[in-house]
Amino acid sequence: MLWNEVWQTLLGTLRDVLPIVAIVGGFQLLVIRRPVANLRRVLVGIVYVVVGLALFLIGLEQALFPLGRLMATQLTDPAFIYAGLEQAAGAFHWSDYYWVYAFAAAMGFSTTIAEPSLLAVALKAQKVSGGAIGMWGLRIAVAIGVAVGVSLGTYRIVTGLPLHYFIIAAYIVVVTQTAFAPRLIIPLAYDSGGVTTSTVTVPLIAALGLGLAETVPGRNVLIDGFGLIAFACLFPIMSVMAYAQISEYRARRQRAGSGE
Amino acid sequence: MIQSLRALGRALVGSMRDLLPVVVVVVFFQLAVLQQPLPNVVQLLTGLLMVVLGLTFFINGLEIGLFPIGESLAHALARKGSLFWLIAFAFALGFGTTVAEPALIAVADEAAAVAAEAGLIGVSEEEQISYALGLRLTVALSVGCAIVLGVLRILKGWPIHWMIIGGYVLVVIMTSFAPREIIGIAYDSGGVTTSTITVPLVTALGVGLASSIRGRNPLTDGFGLIAFASLTPMIFVMVYGMVAH
Repeated sequence: MLWNEVWQTLLGTLRDVLPIVAIVGGFQLLVIRRPVANLRRVLVGIVYVVVGLALFLIGLEQALFPLGRLMATQLTDPAFIYAGLEQAAGAFHWSDYYWVYAFAAAMGFSTTIAEPSLLAVALKAQKVSGGAIGMWGLRIAVAIGVAVGVSLGTYRIVTGLPLHYFIIAAYIVVVTQTAFAPRLIIPLAYDSGGVTTSTVTVPLIAALGLGLAETVPGRNVLIDGFGLIAFACLFPIMSVMAYAQISEYRARRQRAGSGE
Repeated sequence: MIQSLRALGRALVGSMRDLLPVVVVVVFFQLAVLQQPLPNVVQLLTGLLMVVLGLTFFINGLEIGLFPIGESLAHALARKGSLFWLIAFAFALGFGTTVAEPALIAVADEAAAVAAEAGLIGVSEEEQISYALGLRLTVALSVGCAIVLGVLRILKGWPIHWMIIGGYVLVVIMTSFAPREIIGIAYDSGGVTTSTITVPLVTALGVGLASSIRGRNPLTDGFGLIAFASLTPMIFVMVYGMVAH
């Protein structure tokens, strides 16, 4: 049973890597026509990546995903939400779902910290910036963005407000921030929107969105269930730019203070 | 030997620290909010052990495998000086890694079911399959174009914010024309395209290119490829929705 799953996950990861290996290998052989430096080391590294990712996914599937999905359905279950309330199940107030918002924020934050692709980008950014952009600073900033985004996304599903109002408003904020944020951070901030949502975050967040859209009266799974991922992509852009703005502001104040 | 063991130990501790918040959140909600016991503690612990080991291996593999090969390819292609091959590589990387992406396949199938239910396409299985395949190819094409656009930006030094803002404006305009059922899927498809293996490789490509071209800064010019890869699918999927329906 477990072995079967291990095998399936390993195969899946291999299938993910295969096109990449084919493209990189093909270009190396046919276009560059030069041997790769440290070929053995690189191959060992690729094996590590495949094995590591497969272990990571199997472990998640064993430990956290079942529990997380179960919790998402339990928290959105009307029996849990109306447990202490005496009103009819038709007339609900958006604030009745406070545990859902809290869960969405906490899950968004903590899964982002464990997200391997964000780790990769943070590693690179730290190296390229010579340590000026710290790994933890960037990751915590992104995680706060995801937390706020997912939490707001669940609020949208509960209230049934149209998705594109939120997205367009968020775009306006991003564009305004772009004009004021330090130039160095802008490409990295835009990138951090895309890296947040892969192996860890998406499965749990999608379960939460679909669970909510199913149980909240008057919501349509097909129209309201989607969109959480879009929120999780947009808000880190804002939080990373805000992080850079705050650290720039503090550095400037410190400089002004020491100049006196 | 002792040194490498110590490095491994440090990496393991680091992975544990990365994972700690998720464990705390899950345990807190289970015990304090839902007030239920933790099921299968043994399975939970073995699973966590695997996650920690996996994360450690993954990061190690990135440093010795994916990052170096991505960067050395970028350097070699830049030195070769052939724009054609650079663009071809960028497109192949974007298209090839996206078209087989499991998350995208799942979303495309779901989108076909949505479209059939809404009466935008026929309910027959063939029509749904061809719709899902079309959607997948559309997204893969859009990611290929995105990486090409990002590479061109690095070569020419175009400022990223005007391109991203232009993309946003396009998304907003398209939103008002696209059928309502496709909008949520289009917005989400931007997020599912970039897998855990693609991201490090694409990042290494960008940084490698920017650092091998004179006058480019790896920090301001090297990043941004992923941003394009998560923006263009939204536009392309909405176009697909308008054409296919």
